[in-house]
Amino acid sequence: MEPLQFFLPQLWFFILGLFLFLYVLLDGFDLGVGILSITASSEERRSILMTSLGNVWDANETWLVLMGGSLFGAFPLAYGTILNALYLPAVIMVVGLLFRAVSFEFRENAEQKFLWNYAFGVGSFLAALGQGFALGALFEGIQVDGAGHFVGGMFDWLTWRSLLVSLTLVQAYVLVGSTYLIMKTTGDLQKTHFRTAKIATITTFLGAVFITVSTPVLSEELRVHVFEGDLVYIFQMIPLVGAWLAWSLFRSLQKAQDIAPFIWTVALFLLSFIGLGFLIFPYVIPPKITIYQAAASPSSLVFMALFVGFLIPILLAYTLFNYAVFRGKVVAAEE
Amino acid sequence: MTLDSVSLSRLQFALTAIFHMLWPVLTTGMAIFLIIVEGLWLRTRNPDYYRHARFWAKLYVLNFGIGVASGLPMAFQFGMNWAPFSEAVGDFFGTILGFEGTMAFMLEASFLGIMLFGWERVPPLVHFMSTVLVAFGANLSTFWILTANSWLQTPAGGQFIDGKFIVKDFFAAIGNPFMRNSVLHMFFATLETSLFVIGGISAWYLLKKRHEEFFKKSLQIVLAMAIAVAPLQIFIGHLSAEQVYHYQPTKLAAMEAQWETIPAGQAADWSLLALPNDRAGRNDWEITIPKALGLLLELKIKLSEPVQGLNTWASADRPHLVGLIYYSFRTMVAIGLYLATLMAVSVVQWWRGQLDRYRWLLWGWIWAAPMGYLAVETGWIVRCVGRQPWTVYGQIRTVDAASNLPPAEILISLVGITAIYLFFFVFALYFGSRIIRKGPDLTLHPPHNSVLAVQHLPNQRPATESI
Ligand code: HDD
Ligand code: HEM
Ligand code: HEM
Repeated sequence: MEPLQFFLPQLWFFILGLFLFLYVLLDGFDLGVGILSITASSEERRSILMTSLGNVWDANETWLVLMGGSLFGAFPLAYGTILNALYLPAVIMVVGLLFRAVSFEFRENAEQKFLWNYAFGVGSFLAALGQGFALGALFEGIQVDGAGHFVGGMFDWLTWRSLLVSLTLVQAYVLVGSTYLIMKTTGDLQKTHFRTAKIATITTFLGAVFITVSTPVLSEELRVHVFEGDLVYIFQMIPLVGAWLAWSLFRSLQKAQDIAPFIWTVALFLLSFIGLGFLIFPYVIPPKITIYQAAASPSSLVFMALFVGFLIPILLAYTLFNYAVFRGKVVAAEE
Repeated sequence: MTLDSVSLSRLQFALTAIFHMLWPVLTTGMAIFLIIVEGLWLRTRNPDYYRHARFWAKLYVLNFGIGVASGLPMAFQFGMNWAPFSEAVGDFFGTILGFEGTMAFMLEASFLGIMLFGWERVPPLVHFMSTVLVAFGANLSTFWILTANSWLQTPAGGQFIDGKFIVKDFFAAIGNPFMRNSVLHMFFATLETSLFVIGGISAWYLLKKRHEEFFKKSLQIVLAMAIAVAPLQIFIGHLSAEQVYHYQPTKLAAMEAQWETIPAGQAADWSLLALPNDRAGRNDWEITIPKALGLLLELKIKLSEPVQGLNTWASADRPHLVGLIYYSFRTMVAIGLYLATLMAVSVVQWWRGQLDRYRWLLWGWIWAAPMGYLAVETGWIVRCVGRQPWTVYGQIRTVDAASNLPPAEILISLVGITAIYLFFFVFALYFGSRIIRKGPDLTLHPPHNSVLAVQHLPNQRPATESI
């Protein structure tokens, strides 16, 4: 194989990872805030929660569309096979996102907000759940034939381990959602979220430990990959760094810091992502199909990389601009 | 049709596309109108224009939310229900969808926040730029998605090798034969529909004698734009028909319900109304306009190319819902003519200074509000159903494009999504009509934009009346 045929799929693996990371982080806090809104104690609090997302949720969700479109272009085989295998989790996610999105507009105009409050909270929860199942199923591997087409069954994705991954992801979203709210709110509301953030730190951490421990125990292939590959040092480092980050996060919550908890959470997300990336690479449809087998032709990859590569800094720049314009705390709208 | 997975996937795609299409129409077209009223405000500093921008933005954002939500299932379906198709054409088609996301959606979504909630947070010029970027993003997305769809009609720029499309020249694939006219036709479709929606709502206020000065302004802006848009759309529609005539003979035959071939060099009648009978391969009855087909297709009486009849193809190689295609096409054309006529009559009355005088004219505008939507939907039906039995015209058959999923699985999503869409549709109409009945807030003051104001303002979504 020519070097280009190695380099290009790897480059795209990285770009897709970046898009997915941005999605999981940014829409992660949207979904987390959405899930938390179910427990909001008053209509005013719920308004503040939703207001804190009003100007960003749509752009955040768009990272998912970017990631989907780019996966389609860069690894067409994976786009088809994965969505085929994960049809039902994808439906769950899409239905959740549908309800989440329209609730913003409908609640705004409604006199009886009750229905849309729940649509918003439950929609966020469903979306997170669907994504978690998809992630879990991907971990477990997808059954394919020699050409990389899906040959498994309709409910392959539903196992107790994918359920565990899914619930952990929900916890992680709640965690990043509550640290986001700590940053965006004041007073009693902020206090509430210091509390939820602490609980979420613990539950997420427990989930992550379970997943980390069970992964090499359950899967022969992953065990070899983790303990006998070249990357064994990295795989040993990740849990240690993770524990340290979680500890620091917890401390900053104890000290009631404003912004630090969010930053620590971002670091935790990043670390998990790097771990995941190393675990999955070089597969794009684990456990059989590699990025080299699923990649589009080199000319497509180059063509796309030129345009998208040029655009990424611009995307990031105006995303930052958007956050800068709306920086600061959200307070109750004067009625 | 039986309930096999191909039919179910087709049904699901059709339903989600038809539903999705209802919302972007307004957000893409109205964005241009919003640029104009905001620009007028910046120029004249007349607060009424500012209030126009705020009022119409309420309808805009309602549509936007549902547009974004319903767009997601569209994008995912390509992988979920059409995996063989995705694998075969992903090199090009996927690349284009990737471009749409990175170039268009992100731009639109990011600046929308500033456009809607940033009035007090950024200087007027930055706000204006945000509005422009939102409109630009929306129309760029029209460009990319129509490029992708046009390529399905006239695949160019590469070769199918073992059923997989290998791109030779990306720019040739992007600039495929259908691209230019289809993008333009869709661009004008969103603009025209939005204009007549705004005009129709304005006419309703005039008829009710509410805020007459205010809504006369919007009706006049709409009318001034429609002078160009309505005739141009008919012209580009004509170009679209011409390209179908050259490149997609099966679709043209279905649009015209022509069963037998008309050789080149002859004059032919244009069928005005008919009852196509697919099984018998003929029209049971028909009303025609003599010698008009050539005039419509080529602006001259004698055809320079033959019009092939549906009976020349084997049954498996031509579309079957001939009646649907035939009447969809006629509905769209009739609406195009109606909107252009309405525009012309209104311009005459405007010129005489009597735009809001005649009730029948205002009613004509109210009726025009939903027409654009109908034309858009029927246009898409002509385009997509007329393309059958192909997903990629002449290359990939729809039956080969579909994933081999258990029908039960598709049924679950189909029933679920249909129910949810119906529910959303009803509520969208309800909330939309509430916004309209409530009317604009004429006490609203333009932003002051002192630094102080910026700092003390909460990061608020206009949750209260002050939208
Ligand atoms: C008129 C042009 C037009 C057409 C023909 C389509 N769309 Fe669309 N779409 C838009 C114009 C648009 C838009 C105006 O750009 C939207 C509406 C609201 C928005 O944010 O973007 C949108 C939203 C939207 C989204 C959500 C974007 C986001 O999250 O920001 C997706 C994934 C799609 N569309 C995908 C599709 C697919 C796969 C289509 C065809 C099969 C399609 N659209 C037809
Ligand atoms: C006399 C007027 C019109 C004519 C002759 C005409 C002609 C056509 C033709 C032939 C097609 C099919 C193109 C294809 O299959 O490739 C089409 C598609 C379409 N039409 Fe029209 N049309 C007219 C008016 C309108 C109006 C008024 C609207 C909406 C406001 C509209 C919206 C559409 C849309 C959305 C499509 C599908 C997308 C596209 O091809 O761009 N049309 N039209
Ligand atoms: C521009 C973006 C669009 C693309 C890329 C696109 C592409 C497709 C594809 C891949 C299919 C499924 C395969 C097939 O049946 O051939 C399809 C079917 C269909 N689409 Fe489109 N479509 C687009 C927009 C629309 C819109 C906006 C509408 C309606 C308003 C529409 C109406 C339909 C219908 C009715 C079918 C089913 C046709 C049948 O199976 O008989 N499409 N289209």
